[in-house]
Amino acid sequence: MTPKETFDRLAEKFPNFELAYLEGKDAAILVKGENLVELAQYLRDEEGYDYCSAITGVDYPDRFEVVYHLYSMKKEGGPVILKVHTAREDPEVPSIVSIWPGADWQEREVWDLMGIRFPGHPNLKRVLMWEGFEGHPLRKDFPGTEDEYAFS
Amino acid sequence: MTEEDLAPPELKRNVLIAPIDWIYNLGRAASVWPMMFGLACCAFEMIPTLASRYDLARFGMEFMRASPRQAELMIVAGTITKKMAPQVVRLYDQMPEPKYVLAMGACAISGGPFKDGYNVVPGADRLIPVNVYVPGCPPRPESLLDGILKLHKQIRGEHIRTSPWYRKDVDREVPVPEYGPRGLVLPKEEKSE
Repeated sequence: MTPKETFDRLAEKFPNFELAYLEGKDAAILVKGENLVELAQYLRDEEGYDYCSAITGVDYPDRFEVVYHLYSMKKEGGPVILKVHTAREDPEVPSIVSIWPGADWQEREVWDLMGIRFPGHPNLKRVLMWEGFEGHPLRKDFPGTEDEYAFS
Repeated sequence: MTEEDLAPPELKRNVLIAPIDWIYNLGRAASVWPMMFGLACCAFEMIPTLASRYDLARFGMEFMRASPRQAELMIVAGTITKKMAPQVVRLYDQMPEPKYVLAMGACAISGGPFKDGYNVVPGADRLIPVNVYVPGCPPRPESLLDGILKLHKQIRGEHIRTSPWYRKDVDREVPVPEYGPRGLVLPKEEKSE
């Protein structure tokens, strides 16, 4: 099943979600944040996409973007790529841990390094950097760290 | 007076008279026990160095000690991330003197390709004193063996009189870095009592 077919079916199924098809080598479906959980529920239960392999945060000049790669172990299908745009100020995307529990640490990593919050996440705290670290180091505007060493 | 005169006749074939430095350093150089400790991919070049093909046991180092209290060589094999840095320094402080550090690979020498990142210490020598640097990414076991032989050479050149670890006036403890809000910080100098 090509991404275009998947998109057409979803657009037919959810006409009021304003889904958009993003052309390219890795063709993706653009979803609005508030519709993400419902669409994910449908993809898992009805279409058999039972594996969320990666959640990625991307820093663009005008927005943040979260990318989801979904695969199906049952049908050996995929990936279905979902993209969600969010504002640069106080970025938020709803959590999908309730649908794919494996998304837990992936969302924590995106929060830790990119600073995108996931409302609904059961335990949204840093996973790679230590507690008390300020800033999100993979953002383009991260100023860099200032370290003190015993020998320099 | 020659050695012949110093030794009693019955011991002449069994006793060797030599400078204390020579004996002391020979014993130490021939039994440098490394600590079982690997940080990243360089560890996978260090492991075969101990196995049968390269056989580090030839140089008196067959034991990787699993405790820092029994080890005298720390092979920093791999990238030191900032999150791992306090543990590396703590392990170094727990090793008994005399102790040596061998920085293995580009990351342990300078941070390597990750030098400009937010999460990697740019070189083990920012944290602890380093005796030998072994370049490579990762270095082959032959390079590590060469570095260890260089360390043996260093050890044989030391003098028991001037060795800093028998002196009481030298504080050789290295400060353990702590996690700060903008990166690693040194501990505050206010130890009570």
